[in-house]
Amino acid sequence: MAEVELKDIRKSFGAVDVIKGVSLDIKSGEFMVFVGPSGCGKSTLLRLIAGLEDITSGTLEFDHQVVNGLSPSKRGIAMVFQSYALYPHMNVFDNMAFGMQLAKSSKDQIKKRVEAAAELLQITPYLDRLPKQLSGGQRQRVAIGRAIVRDPKVFLFDEPLSNLDAALRVATRLEIAKLHHSMNNVTMVYVTHDQVEAMTLADRICVLRDGLIEQVGTPLELYEHPQSLFVAGFIGSPKMNLLNGAFADKFRATTIGIRSEHIEIKDKDGVWSGPVLHAEMLGSDSYIYVDVGSEEPMIVRQNGTTNRQLGDVVQLAPIGDAVHRFDANGQPMAH
Amino acid sequence: MAWAYTKKTAFYLLVIVIVVESVFPFYYAILTSFKSGTSLFEVNYWPTMISWDNYAAVFQNGSFPQNIWNSVVISTLTVALALLFAVTAAYALSRVRFRGRGLLLLTILSVSMFPQIAVLAGLFEVIRTFGLFNTIWGLIFSYTIFTLPFTVWVLTTFMRDLPLEIEEAAIVDGATPWVIITRVFMPLMWPALVTTGLLAFIAAWNEFLFALTFTSSNSTRTVPVAIALLSGASQFEIPWGTIMAASVIVTVPLIVLVLIFQKKIVSGLTAGGVKG
Repeated sequence: MAEVELKDIRKSFGAVDVIKGVSLDIKSGEFMVFVGPSGCGKSTLLRLIAGLEDITSGTLEFDHQVVNGLSPSKRGIAMVFQSYALYPHMNVFDNMAFGMQLAKSSKDQIKKRVEAAAELLQITPYLDRLPKQLSGGQRQRVAIGRAIVRDPKVFLFDEPLSNLDAALRVATRLEIAKLHHSMNNVTMVYVTHDQVEAMTLADRICVLRDGLIEQVGTPLELYEHPQSLFVAGFIGSPKMNLLNGAFADKFRATTIGIRSEHIEIKDKDGVWSGPVLHAEMLGSDSYIYVDVGSEEPMIVRQNGTTNRQLGDVVQLAPIGDAVHRFDANGQPMAH
Repeated sequence: MAWAYTKKTAFYLLVIVIVVESVFPFYYAILTSFKSGTSLFEVNYWPTMISWDNYAAVFQNGSFPQNIWNSVVISTLTVALALLFAVTAAYALSRVRFRGRGLLLLTILSVSMFPQIAVLAGLFEVIRTFGLFNTIWGLIFSYTIFTLPFTVWVLTTFMRDLPLEIEEAAIVDGATPWVIITRVFMPLMWPALVTTGLLAFIAAWNEFLFALTFTSSNSTRTVPVAIALLSGASQFEIPWGTIMAASVIVTVPLIVLVLIFQKKIVSGLTAGGVKG
């Protein structure tokens, strides 16, 4: 359990600035997710916290202690890597025990801690197997187990689910969420490019873009009150409908955004209208793509199934005042 | 059908030609080593007599056992030293970012291009200055120099292919570079270590020019020189029988080593990515 404070952190590789001044306060016991498009610096930021890269300028504090100069093992962190990064020649037990062995812990204590972690992750039957004899999901559990055994103050995840298939990803996501609840308030920092993972796991999300923080907030804050056009477009699936030009002028804004569930289909007098291009029926709900004349079709969510046929012209209108208005700089405008 | 048969026959004929071409000299050496007296000069392709006289003669020749021992010690120590330096150098060259790394690698490679004879005189001076002349350390020193470029280069290439994340996981676990090398990387590099170590051993075992130049007494010579200097009863007699017996004796350890490590060598050549 540790509070992690980033104060104006910068990182340059030669002439390239990757992190351009990030200040962030991660509360003790919090599950913080870094999310952003590829190349935004989220992984670099995590590696700076881990100590695998040197910080160019700025200070990094764990519980008000500056840790800039400390090696990863001295910082009390543990990290789960995207490719699991298990030691191929060691069995599961040794993989998990390696850190404690290097720290010269007693044999009994190592055994106790490894077995407790294996129990928690249900990998006890595999303790004497080699990594290559395990499936992807089991390997990732071992990697998480190795991190747990270190008993870290800060738990770091670098896209831990991206090597798993879709079904396993959802299951492991749940495991990680349960893990966070069950471990006494350990601080977790999780990097992903998948905003669904971010939304489902995070206490707070930090959206990064080009080495700068775009917005920090709870998942719902980001969803309901995006502080920039970028966040509005990035968070949420399907994407928020973004309209500009004449469509936005009507609302006295440069760009407007509206979520698919905030649009209703009317019999007449819609704000927008157009033919149905495509309809996705997911059973519980349906997404209708309507060509209202904007660059991209407008996506409308309907509960249950829909009987709209392709080519049907439908009238659409926003529900209530759910329209997000943005100015020319991509900043939100007051209602 | 007939064509397929011909192709098959041609293929195996070619295989036989290659095998005979590479094995025949050694086979003829074994054959000769078992002959004695004037039968040495009869051309036979099958064993006509089995006589151990030549082998006995080799071992009675005062310094030969000592020469074998010298060869074993020199080759083993050369391999051990070369691997120690090469593994640590390979770690630095493949994993530590520093200015001039590419240039250094190319320099190391270019060193291995010098012919032995070109550096012989200079190396002789160095060895004399260090007081290593006519000691086995002089040979270990020079063999290590000549083995290192190849060993470093191969191990660097191999180590560069090891996943970076495994190393980072070890760093997070609190491993120092030395622990990473010995407990994480070396177990993954066994095939490469065995292959390069074996090649270094063979090179040191067979080396002739340095061994001839840097030693001057029978007790410090290695086997290849000792064989070349084997002399007969008179200066007009070349003792072919003993020479062949000695040659067979020095070849056998290499064959045994290759057979022992054969599996590792094969897996070293075919080992692909070491995915965690």
